[in-house]
Amino acid sequence: MSTRLADGGRLIDRSRKVEFTFNGKRFSGHPGDTLASALMANGQRIVGRSFKYHRPRGIVASGAEEPNALVNLGQGARHEPNQRATTTELFDGLTATSQNHWPSLEWDIGEANAAIARFLPAGFYYKTFIHPRAFWKHVFEPFIRQSAGLGKAPDPKHTDPDRYEQFYVHVDVVVAGGGIAGLQAALEAGRAGAKVLLCEQTAHWGGRAPVDGVEIDGRPAEDWIADAVVELEAMENVHLRPRTMVAGVYDHGYVLAYERVSDHAPQDGVPRHRLWRIRTGQVISAIGAIERPLSFAGNDKPGVMLASAVRDYLVEYGVSPGDRTVVVTNNDDAYRTAIAIRRAGLDVPCIVDARPEANGPLPQEARALGIPVKTGTAIAGVKGIRGVVAVQLCKQAGEGAVTEDVICEAVAMSGGWSPAVHLWSHCGGKLTWDEAGAFFRPDPERPPTNQSGEGFVVCAGASDGALHAGEVMENASTAVGKALAAVGKETKGNPPAATAPDEAPLAPVWVMPQGAGIKKRAKMWLDFQNDVKVSDVQLAAREGYESVEHTKRYTTLGMATDQGKLSNINGLAILADTLNAPIPQVGTTTFRPPFTPISMGAIAGEARGEVFQPLRRTALHARHEEAGAEWEPVGQWRRPYCFPKPGEARRDAVNREITATRSSVGLLDASTLGKILVKGPDAGRFMDMLYTNMMSTLKPGRCRYGLMCSENGFLMDDGVVARLDEDTFLCHTTTGGADRIHAHMEDWLQCEWWDWKVYTANVTEQWAQIAVVGPKARDVLASLGGDIDLSQEALPFMAWAEGKLGRFDARVFRISFSGELSFEVAVPASQGLAFWDALMAAGQGHGITPYGTEALHVMRAEKGFIMIGDETDGTVIPQDLGLHWAISKKKDDYLGKRAQERSHMTDPERWQLVGLETLDGSVLPDGAYAVAEGENANGQRNTQGRVTSTYFSPTLGKGIAMGLVLHGPERMGEVLEFARTARDPEGNLRTVEARIVSPVFFDPEGEKQNV
Amino acid sequence: MLTLTCPYCGIAACETELTPGGEAHLTRFGPGSSDDDFEAYLFLRPNVRGVHFERWRHAMGCGKWFLAARDTATLEVFGTYPAQTTEPPEDIVAAIKAKRPDWEGRP
Repeated sequence: MSTRLADGGRLIDRSRKVEFTFNGKRFSGHPGDTLASALMANGQRIVGRSFKYHRPRGIVASGAEEPNALVNLGQGARHEPNQRATTTELFDGLTATSQNHWPSLEWDIGEANAAIARFLPAGFYYKTFIHPRAFWKHVFEPFIRQSAGLGKAPDPKHTDPDRYEQFYVHVDVVVAGGGIAGLQAALEAGRAGAKVLLCEQTAHWGGRAPVDGVEIDGRPAEDWIADAVVELEAMENVHLRPRTMVAGVYDHGYVLAYERVSDHAPQDGVPRHRLWRIRTGQVISAIGAIERPLSFAGNDKPGVMLASAVRDYLVEYGVSPGDRTVVVTNNDDAYRTAIAIRRAGLDVPCIVDARPEANGPLPQEARALGIPVKTGTAIAGVKGIRGVVAVQLCKQAGEGAVTEDVICEAVAMSGGWSPAVHLWSHCGGKLTWDEAGAFFRPDPERPPTNQSGEGFVVCAGASDGALHAGEVMENASTAVGKALAAVGKETKGNPPAATAPDEAPLAPVWVMPQGAGIKKRAKMWLDFQNDVKVSDVQLAAREGYESVEHTKRYTTLGMATDQGKLSNINGLAILADTLNAPIPQVGTTTFRPPFTPISMGAIAGEARGEVFQPLRRTALHARHEEAGAEWEPVGQWRRPYCFPKPGEARRDAVNREITATRSSVGLLDASTLGKILVKGPDAGRFMDMLYTNMMSTLKPGRCRYGLMCSENGFLMDDGVVARLDEDTFLCHTTTGGADRIHAHMEDWLQCEWWDWKVYTANVTEQWAQIAVVGPKARDVLASLGGDIDLSQEALPFMAWAEGKLGRFDARVFRISFSGELSFEVAVPASQGLAFWDALMAAGQGHGITPYGTEALHVMRAEKGFIMIGDETDGTVIPQDLGLHWAISKKKDDYLGKRAQERSHMTDPERWQLVGLETLDGSVLPDGAYAVAEGENANGQRNTQGRVTSTYFSPTLGKGIAMGLVLHGPERMGEVLEFARTARDPEGNLRTVEARIVSPVFFDPEGEKQNV
Repeated sequence: MLTLTCPYCGIAACETELTPGGEAHLTRFGPGSSDDDFEAYLFLRPNVRGVHFERWRHAMGCGKWFLAARDTATLEVFGTYPAQTTEPPEDIVAAIKAKRPDWEGRP
């Protein structure tokens, strides 16, 4: 049973208590505790259940590499799954629950899975759930979904109440890791005058050195660390961030760091997490090393921990994992744990060392303390169901015949250390195998490279493979020297000397004992979180999964939230051994960011809710809001969809707006339409290239409708062009197309016709534009007064004029998208609101009615006008839409002309635009296909057309639609069958009949607009 | 996340400020060209692994299109230059050859 010791614990404040709950039980800890140390202090041994077999699991590690102690943190809207207890700082009122258990953590039904473990081997899902095919959807998948997954996703009904933010910084050097190597690197870089950001993922500086008893310049490491932090904090060019993890290193010196601002002390008004988006010249990775577990049977039982973690809990938090702890190791470092346990007054029944001998200073010190050291020995098995009660020893060289049982409550294991090479590898840094240490280390010859082709990441200290304290400072100084040289600075070097007892080399031990049979290997866990065992990797290798990347996916080794931090090297050593290949030849899987999981909130930052994206409002936005507009997003704009009166249904509002406009006068806010000026001596020539029709012949004072195609022939935008003067055209684009079309123009001007004298400017937001539409439109405008002659003679259809309308500076365009008498009036944006008010007042006697985008759509469809995005989808050419009249035959060239001559574009089988009228007057479903005889290869009905726009027309009192139909224009009067999306109860296709008609449903002669 | 220096405004622009425009130095084929020429102009790209000339627009900056010579495998940038050139300038070619002696020129 783990417990809090009477004294010790350098990080905790014993004078105060902090209350928290775990699975509803009230516990207490001290400020400075992590959730993990506090749970251990309260004797909570089982903290979770494993993923596949639901085995009881305890805390294994003391840091970010923890695979087992994942908990649900918080409640309600703040509930968050899969939080590592080892990196969760305790605070008053913390609530945590364990995951992946049913009905309770102590008694779990799924534990039965463990009993049938031999029926759940690697690749189980792939092998089992293949046949019969139909079972997957109805039997296997629902079952697997129910039992799979770690933790519970937050309730989708809640929105995250916390705030997140992002910072952007540019620095010379990012130092990742605040251990002694990182501190030394930051000191030298800071003294050299470089702009430095030093990030440490925990709340504490100094890393492992204080726990491991390192001395620096003859003083305890703790003292040197305190001095270093004081010096660094005083430097203006150095910025220190604790609780900040460097999550990823990306191309060209882009780095993401994840700061947990207030996880340890939740409070309102403070962001919870902060994502640092950094551009740096160099990255110094000083993120240390991760201890490896040993693979012995039963190594996943609660009470079996990493040796370094046992030491951490003792020294940092004053917590012991049990009164009697057996240490099992293949190296000298783990002896520190035995010594620390004994110094804390607890018992180490024995040290089990797989090596034939152990005579270094640390083993000698252990022996001097009276701890029995059993060399050449291994653990054959672990006794206990819900936790360790004893271990069975055997010879490492043998097959596992038990020589003795040793009673204990905990096992501290160490299989050696692996440098954390993640940040080196994220952006392509290569690794080299270190035979002596049995680990991969960064290959300094093959670093990740930046835009200049130079390396931009260096590793310092343990992250570089300098695992012994004696090497760390010199290594860090060399690393920072390299990094500084790359950013044009120089270090004076002269690092302090760090000292610690010498260590004898480790002996690689991948399986314990080395001759263990299948029964034992099936109980040796590699990946604790995903339940992958030595036997699984061996099975995968036997079945032909020789690539480490394939083995990973087949067995799920290293695919859990810890991303194989503990299992990686052990797993591939097993794979290499099974394949009888050297480890470096088998290689590693790819290290990908983030180093540990980061919150989605931090990735989103402030970009959520109302500020998810910039919102564009027209000058008239406030009036629409007052009028109760229902909004429709169009690009980043918000446009009124309709203006329902209180209690009025949307559809009724739309119909009322159409009827009022067609019978009297309506107002549309058309400000969002793109307005692009094209100006210069070559403007006409350029316009002729941009549009399919001839624009250069347009007279000043006149307007012309035009089509724009991409170079591969497809219709991309349309709109009315007004010629302002000889040199100047004003191009109206669709609302969503303004920026895109402006960019399209600039592309061709800058990259192809750069010698043409043309300038463009996007002036969309300079103007408020209001369409005054309907038989009474002229009366309303005329009543404002002014100097513009609005008569049919002076300002005929497709003409425009400039002048005063009342007190407003106006451009009046006689253009119509509704088929009605229509004036689109542009006034400077600053006058827009007053102009709208003036029109509303002037039109009061005519019942002037603002209308929204839906009325606009219906009225244009009644007239058979196409809409970009409805009739076009990026595969439609103007010729498909019967727009031949808008394609010049005289021009030698325009963008898209050559493409439209390609055989597929001139194919008479291309579907053509027609109008569609249902026989029963109903509204066709949008996007519905016209079915043809026969079926295709997938057993689906053949098609011969589809609906592109479909509405109820209040003017005609029935459903109207447009669509593209095979040979459509030649088939007027023919009746087609259109598929409905919903099938009948027997599963048969339901159809609705519609007749092919002209797409112009209303006023085909155009008499209404031309008055 | 690339950084490319805009040759017009001199800013080392982050990828988020830029929009890509595909391969540079294409010759436009219009009406009257053969089907093969037009197809090649519109669709066929060598998609090199290595030195690549490409179009970028400093869209969230000065708005100008420019060209870049970049290694598509290592992301090393050999230089950027104005879009108003029909072939890579000599200094860019020299910079590439200095770093990639085996480079055989544009495909």
